Amino acid sequence: MAAVPPIADSASHAAPPASLLNPGEADLLANAQAGDHRAFAELYSLHKKRIYSLCMRMVGNAAEAEDMTQETFLQLHRKIATFRGDSAFSTWLHRLAINVVLMHLRKKGLSLISMDEAMEPDPKGSSSRGFGARDLSLSGSIDRMALEQAVSDLPAGYRLVFVLHDIEGYEHHEIASMLDCSVGNSKSQLHKARLTLRETLHSLPRKAARP
Amino acid sequence: MTEEANPMTCHEFQAQLPEMIGSGQSLAAHAHLQHCALCRALLADLETIAEAAHSIFPIVEPPDKLWKQIESAIKKEKAAIEPDEGKE
Repeated sequence: MAAVPPIADSASHAAPPASLLNPGEADLLANAQAGDHRAFAELYSLHKKRIYSLCMRMVGNAAEAEDMTQETFLQLHRKIATFRGDSAFSTWLHRLAINVVLMHLRKKGLSLISMDEAMEPDPKGSSSRGFGARDLSLSGSIDRMALEQAVSDLPAGYRLVFVLHDIEGYEHHEIASMLDCSVGNSKSQLHKARLTLRETLHSLPRKAARP
Repeated sequence: MTEEANPMTCHEFQAQLPEMIGSGQSLAAHAHLQHCALCRALLADLETIAEAAHSIFPIVEPPDKLWKQIESAIKKEKAAIEPDEGKE
């Protein structure tokens, strides 16, 4: 049989460790912490794309992503003096944005994750036998646009865990802490998200084989 | 008793997948996969999806108007907290 390599537990974080911050950004940060508005504007310019993109992935639409980005930088403005450098600034800001989005989703009354449901065995067995019973293989044939759409269509809880783990690179223990759930639940939600994506992608019309 | 004498069913194997995958262990040598093409295909698909996830949702630029909105909101907050400075 062909070897099946392990699925990576996590992608690497894009944020550099604090020690790798360039001196220019460290100065900007210090000035912004001292109340320099121009320095804060520069920090916005440096981090706006990553934060806006994160919000887009998590909420799935541009209008809400703009609101979440705005709220993140407002909170940053309020809290920037409390940043002590225990982690990279970009990591700290990233977590701030995630918390803003999670608070927003909770206020909207979205059930992020039905953990009880996640841990219950599927009564129909569809998450086990059903998925495995297909003789199709996605390998090498995933259309990026189709996958983006399928991720956007995931239930909010599945999408959050998938985005945080498979796209943003957080570990399960970090996700569990953010979402206030167990590590096992995070693993289970991620698995169900991937299974749902597989099901969705298999249901799409097959494209002609690529060269 | 060896695993081959009492092989794991697909249902049993797939029930354990979230934990096995989540803990990062290599499944290539798992006894069940040696004889089950369906579960091999399932695992390969899940890996493909996880790998493809790294390349979706590219980094995008927020609209230019956003900074103006943020700046305006910051000024309002400052004015509310420090009325004198807000009039500068």
